Amino acid sequence: MDPLAAIRETFFQECEEQLAELESGLLAMEAGDADSETINAVFRAVHSIKGGAGAFSLEALVRFAHVFETSLDEMRSGRLASSDGVVKTLLRAADVLADHVRAAHDGSSIDEAHTAELAEELKALGPEGGDTSESEEDWGDFSFQPLSAAAPAAPATAGWRVRFKPRADLYAKANEAALLLRELGRLGETEVALDDSGLPDLADLDPEAAYLAWTVTLTGDADETAVREVFEFVDGDCELEVEPIVADGGSAGAPADLGEPEIPTTEPDGNLDIGVLLARVQAAAAPQAPPEVPSGAPAPAAAATLAEPSPQDGQGPSRKPEAGATIRVDLERVDRLIDLVGELVINQAMLSQRVMEAGFARASGVAMGLDELEQLTREIQDSVMAIRAQPVKSVFQRMPRLVREVAAMTGKPVRLVTEGEGTEVDKTVIERLADPLTHMIRNAIDHGLESPEKREAAGKPAEGVVRLTAAHRSGRIVIEVADDGGGINRERVKSIAAERGLIAADAALSDEEIDNLIFMPGFSTASTVSDISGRGVGMDVVKRSIQALGGRIAIASRPGKGSTFTMSLPLTLAVLDGMVVSVQGQTLVAPITAIVETLLPKAGDVHSLGGHARVIAIRDSYTPLIDVGMALGYRTTPLDATQGVALLIEGEGGARAALLVDAIQGQRQVVIKSLEANYRQVPGVAAATILGDGRVALILDIDTIVAVSRGADSLRAEKRLAATG
Amino acid sequence: MTQTTPNAAAPNALGGGLRELISFRIGAQEFCVDIMAVREIRGWTAATALPQSPAFVRGVINLRGAVLPIVDLAARLGFEGSETSDRHVIIVAQIGEQIVGLLVDAVSDILTVTDDVIQPTPDVASDTAKMFVRGLLAVDGRMISLIGLERVLPDLELEAA
Repeated sequence: MDPLAAIRETFFQECEEQLAELESGLLAMEAGDADSETINAVFRAVHSIKGGAGAFSLEALVRFAHVFETSLDEMRSGRLASSDGVVKTLLRAADVLADHVRAAHDGSSIDEAHTAELAEELKALGPEGGDTSESEEDWGDFSFQPLSAAAPAAPATAGWRVRFKPRADLYAKANEAALLLRELGRLGETEVALDDSGLPDLADLDPEAAYLAWTVTLTGDADETAVREVFEFVDGDCELEVEPIVADGGSAGAPADLGEPEIPTTEPDGNLDIGVLLARVQAAAAPQAPPEVPSGAPAPAAAATLAEPSPQDGQGPSRKPEAGATIRVDLERVDRLIDLVGELVINQAMLSQRVMEAGFARASGVAMGLDELEQLTREIQDSVMAIRAQPVKSVFQRMPRLVREVAAMTGKPVRLVTEGEGTEVDKTVIERLADPLTHMIRNAIDHGLESPEKREAAGKPAEGVVRLTAAHRSGRIVIEVADDGGGINRERVKSIAAERGLIAADAALSDEEIDNLIFMPGFSTASTVSDISGRGVGMDVVKRSIQALGGRIAIASRPGKGSTFTMSLPLTLAVLDGMVVSVQGQTLVAPITAIVETLLPKAGDVHSLGGHARVIAIRDSYTPLIDVGMALGYRTTPLDATQGVALLIEGEGGARAALLVDAIQGQRQVVIKSLEANYRQVPGVAAATILGDGRVALILDIDTIVAVSRGADSLRAEKRLAATG
Repeated sequence: MTQTTPNAAAPNALGGGLRELISFRIGAQEFCVDIMAVREIRGWTAATALPQSPAFVRGVINLRGAVLPIVDLAARLGFEGSETSDRHVIIVAQIGEQIVGLLVDAVSDILTVTDDVIQPTPDVASDTAKMFVRGLLAVDGRMISLIGLERVLPDLELEAA
């Protein structure tokens, strides 16, 4: 990747963070718990996007961001009150801004009319209408527009004005301007203004030079010595000027001795938010970092973003000005570490088993030391897994927009309530959660909620509520999507299922069984294919994607009260909850998520259908009984069903089958190992794992085993087709 | 029980067309492979059988966390499969990107030979010989076949076709 493309990539990464910030700020305003800092954060987000977009000549984006920013500035200065209608407009504007960013990123097209419409709405908010003309000039040559993020200036009391301009030597000696400014902040209230006017164009930039200067207005009763003491260690490596502030304050003009181009006086004021500032300082101090990226990224390494700062401190960087609290690490390194810790866990288990075998007493020093080792390894494993973990917020925060859109399309007023956004789960799980969640929320609004008229008739508020919650429960993450709509219309579901031939017309089904019909492939209750949910994907796809993540989904519905979908997912994809079973002397692992129940077959329940095909009667329904030993070729004569244990499983598409194994050894969490790395894919085997005794055990691929036993030859035929075609 | 091969780190380019080979026994016969392909040599541990695999794949073992397939070289070369005992040895070899364990009776020697000592394989009818044997060496009156490892693992496409 050429450097500019890398910087551009970083810019878009940051845009995502800014957009998230923007959205959460606006939502806080909508909920009515916004203070001036929230408005500032929102303004800052839009402003940073605009600034960066200017650097990359993304004209359309800059234009819209400018109009948006102007409205926000009105609000920030108190000329525009934050009313419900205003915030709603701003939220929609945020959506358009997000569209623009995406369009600029991947070159997709933009709904110009919609943009223009919102731009008009935004302009209508401001008293003087929009004055976009100013922006082009400002941003065409990309100069920074220092922005004000400080709280409304407090009446100036006696204090100090500190002008501080580091020389390159200061950075060369590994000092940090940010730390000094923070130190200064301990002495009292500070207002920091950045003078970046010395910053040359990117082409002329010497990465090791120092270009930035700051003016700090310190209010408080610190004396001059204390102020100077802060800069004691950098004495001689910077230009420093400390002057007392006369009450009623002077201007923030640049002192003559700096001799730098002065701060553009046309700008509102020269203040810069400390968070942005700190980031910029870093950008300037890090030799490779591009200071042109306005919100100040760390080095634009094409590294995966881990533990992004924004999810953790959604309050905006200004509240936690701890620069360097997060780092970006290549995902590969983390995965390698996770692998190694997996080995460590296995090794530790092996060691304790050997020690037990060697006949050490449980109370012996060796055994006790091993116990502690076990504790430690588990803790290490948890902490390492936590590195990959991220709050679900990153996917939750995409939902408000979805809700707004679907609400607008269906004409149903909807309020989305989210809880537990801080709940953490593996990054991969989060990424693969977005689609199923999107689908479920669409469904909840489109099918779950009634029309406002019906709701009022039922004595409910016209505005429907969709709740999206996440929580940790016994080592898994549980995500719920609940609506307060009419609940599942069981009569209708049943008749549709019968119509589509999914069930017999006279089947006697429990309420729960009827509710679960919606997960069947080919079931869709929408009588007309709507724009919103009728996209050819039904709840069966949702269920399958959840199962592919090793999760389960369940539905609970109460007529007139609403429906709740509950998803339970593993916290990571690197380990799996397995049922350890033995088959013909081999130890195998079956994924627990697929197992519905286990049972001991009775002689009368098992019936032969000729050949080796058998079925087992489970509560009056006949389910195919598959001998795992036969399916995998471990034995040639089937096991007597009464000698074994049957695992009732539910495979892809809800098909049920019973797997016959010799015995169940127990249940445990296993680390997933690839079989393909050194060998190849084996039909019927999903992956391998290593058990406590150090031996490899195979993890069953239940879907393939069921498919293979249905038509032993079909799999080979398919493979042949794939090989020749 | 794991021993790293001596000289594993030393490059095999000894100059003058010299190369190092590890020789091993299967039954009464002797074979050898290039030492550069060999990662380590370890004792036999019971393997986990793999379903739907050819008879010469004995299964998989755990090599410090990696899942390692074990090929019974005797069966692969078309001899009687080995009755495994503790005295059997697994040669851990690198074949392309993959790591494979080769089950042999015993490792006998490290040979340093020049290229011209290696005689071309005489034209025989056996397909196995054509698939694996890259040349023959006469050492102290014994015949040692030089084995190429590229085709040791079962070929998925060939089998399916």
